[in-house]
Amino acid sequence: MNFGFTEEQELLRGEARKFLDQHAPIANVRKWVETPEGFSRELWAQMAELGWTGLLVPEEHGGVGLDLVTLLVVLEETGRTLCPSPLISNSLAARAIALCGSPLQQARWLPELAQGTKIGTLAHLEVGDGLGVDHVRLEARETDGGLRLDGAKCAVADAPAADLFVVSYRAPGGAIGLGLVERGAAGVEVESFEALDPSKSIGALRLDGVVLGSDAVLASADAGETLEALLEIGAALVTAEGVGAAEGALAITVQFANEREQFGKPIGTYQGVKHPLAEMFVDIESIKSLAYYAAWALDEGADDASVAVSRAKAYASCALPKLGIDCVQLHGGVGYTWEYDIQLYLKRTKWLRPSFGDADYHYERLAALGDA
Amino acid sequence: MDFQLSPKEEAFRDEVRSFLDENLLPEGERADDFVGTWFQKIREKRWVGFSWPREVGGGGGSIMEQVILKDEMAQRKAPPLGSCFMGLAWVGPAIIQYGTDEQKQRFVPEILDGTYHWCTGYSEPDSGSDLASLKCRCEREGDEYVINGQKIWTSIAMWSKWMILLVRTQTAVLTKHDGITCLLVPMDTKGIDVRPIRNMSGGAMFAEVFFDDVRVPVENRLGEEGQGWQVTISALASERSSIAEVHGLIRRIAEIGDLARRKVKNGRPAIEAPSIRRRILEAETQIEAMRLNGMRFLTKQLKGEPLGSETSVNKLLRAKLEVDLGELALEILGSDAAVRKGEGTLDGGRWQDLSLNWPDVVIGGGTPNIQKNIIAERILGLPKD
Repeated sequence: MNFGFTEEQELLRGEARKFLDQHAPIANVRKWVETPEGFSRELWAQMAELGWTGLLVPEEHGGVGLDLVTLLVVLEETGRTLCPSPLISNSLAARAIALCGSPLQQARWLPELAQGTKIGTLAHLEVGDGLGVDHVRLEARETDGGLRLDGAKCAVADAPAADLFVVSYRAPGGAIGLGLVERGAAGVEVESFEALDPSKSIGALRLDGVVLGSDAVLASADAGETLEALLEIGAALVTAEGVGAAEGALAITVQFANEREQFGKPIGTYQGVKHPLAEMFVDIESIKSLAYYAAWALDEGADDASVAVSRAKAYASCALPKLGIDCVQLHGGVGYTWEYDIQLYLKRTKWLRPSFGDADYHYERLAALGDA
Repeated sequence: MDFQLSPKEEAFRDEVRSFLDENLLPEGERADDFVGTWFQKIREKRWVGFSWPREVGGGGGSIMEQVILKDEMAQRKAPPLGSCFMGLAWVGPAIIQYGTDEQKQRFVPEILDGTYHWCTGYSEPDSGSDLASLKCRCEREGDEYVINGQKIWTSIAMWSKWMILLVRTQTAVLTKHDGITCLLVPMDTKGIDVRPIRNMSGGAMFAEVFFDDVRVPVENRLGEEGQGWQVTISALASERSSIAEVHGLIRRIAEIGDLARRKVKNGRPAIEAPSIRRRILEAETQIEAMRLNGMRFLTKQLKGEPLGSETSVNKLLRAKLEVDLGELALEILGSDAAVRKGEGTLDGGRWQDLSLNWPDVVIGGGTPNIQKNIIAERILGLPKD
């Protein structure tokens, strides 16, 4: 029985923390988020060298061939410093191709995604706000040369920098399909939006007569199941990153409470400050436990993996935004300023809430899973 | 990560399971002498005091075996692992660690056999959460200690034969933790007056205990004079990773889910109301978090790392759940919640009782606010107030 990390994973955590402290301190993060792409290409290349971009990609395709639990370790650390990067999106795109791509598609895309020379993302949500697989409405129509897509995908994470979009659609006959859409292809337009969290980037994918050839259609059977699996992995990964960010926010606020004096004492002396901080610790530990178990269950294909993921994301989606608010509030007036970093963490917790399903979505999903 | 048991641990689990198959009757089918026989049988298996060394009569079980035993027992709703709750939880461990050979030989077998109950005289009217400020006076006269003062919130004092008692033998001390002495006191000693306190649910489980020139021989002291804090607190700190306690909550939320399916509220089963469903699922999720937290703390223990204040995390979660589950049950009952005993009261008023019983767990052993202080000061490093 061991509900903990391996020695290698602990080493990786230490290495990641050291690397990020050195190369991605929050002062740099603030600079990067002002750029059009919202992250540092140079840092991305370094992350690729460390093997992070290819963690999930099988070794025969140039990746490291490790599991979600290991990726979770890295994401907790990138979350801690709010390091902006398309790591989650890229990992999901690679996982989609690894799960149901043909050998040719895998050989074509996985090495570049693993090396970070191409950036992938999942384009699934549409206007009307339905995260569930059943809500895909983008229709693919048979045409000469393949399937023709006309429509849009919205709230696409990391769209502004993505080279490759894994797009969900309704195939003729109504089944769910997944296709590969390249930036720059005929009829593809990418729009950038301002994200609620400036350290995240988001946009829309507009498809105007885009034709998916047979080389761009991911294996047709069970694409719905693959999509569901990708949404679960996404939920587990953003929760890991979110709990890392929460630890960062708590550390900053504890330090502030130790240094800031009022009425002749550090404010952390007062229970009105101390107790909310203790409650944050309880939530963080609980989310960690739920998220670690969810990642392990997904890796192992455990029977309760879906339940485990929804529990983790549901708990996190409620607790983390509250934690962000409390951290800002405990800072007093300075917490409301642009200058203090805690506001960036608040925005991350607010970004986390809807990402891959909010608490409402996951609690209703748990109810449905329980009835089944 | 790996949730597999080793072959040896699996063999032990199977041993426990077959014991339960053979000896545990369903709750409705247990005769009056069932529990007595049960205690004898688990005593023979050395599962009472299973964590204690074999040379004092314990079972010498490994940490993982202890968890397996408690886990299997809790899942099957078995009676407790021994009848002398406080003796097994902290009096015994303190005696094993600090007692003289005579004390060990005298008390440990009787605790294991459950010959009688122990009670715990720690809290005082002015020393609750701030336990170390206790003042119960104690002076040495020759070969005797003479005690004058008062204890309160002493659970089962009226049914106990012995008390583990903290008194102040010295007042001029550098820190309040010094000068406290631990005594083992027979409850029938002259000068002890036990007055039960009626609690808000109507029962009386705890009492006030008054000491008026109570004389106890010096050989009843546990550990050195003035070292009582270390003697007792080290045993309190031996609390485990709370895995078994979770089973009670898992069972209760399942029963509350069942209640919500049975109870018709506003013309439909209560479970069909999204707000009720959400609260049930939230509670289930928190209980699962508690279970998994326990597994992470257990992993630390198994790696030989000392368990620090993390256990306060699950104590806080449990406290919240104990209160929330009571409220949730009343919410499901709707208008019927107002009738505690009477026509139409579901399940004999169990849910109303439950909603009044939480202070047992939530306040006893450290209030939520004290647990928050522990986390904030010892883990997060905030200044003491």
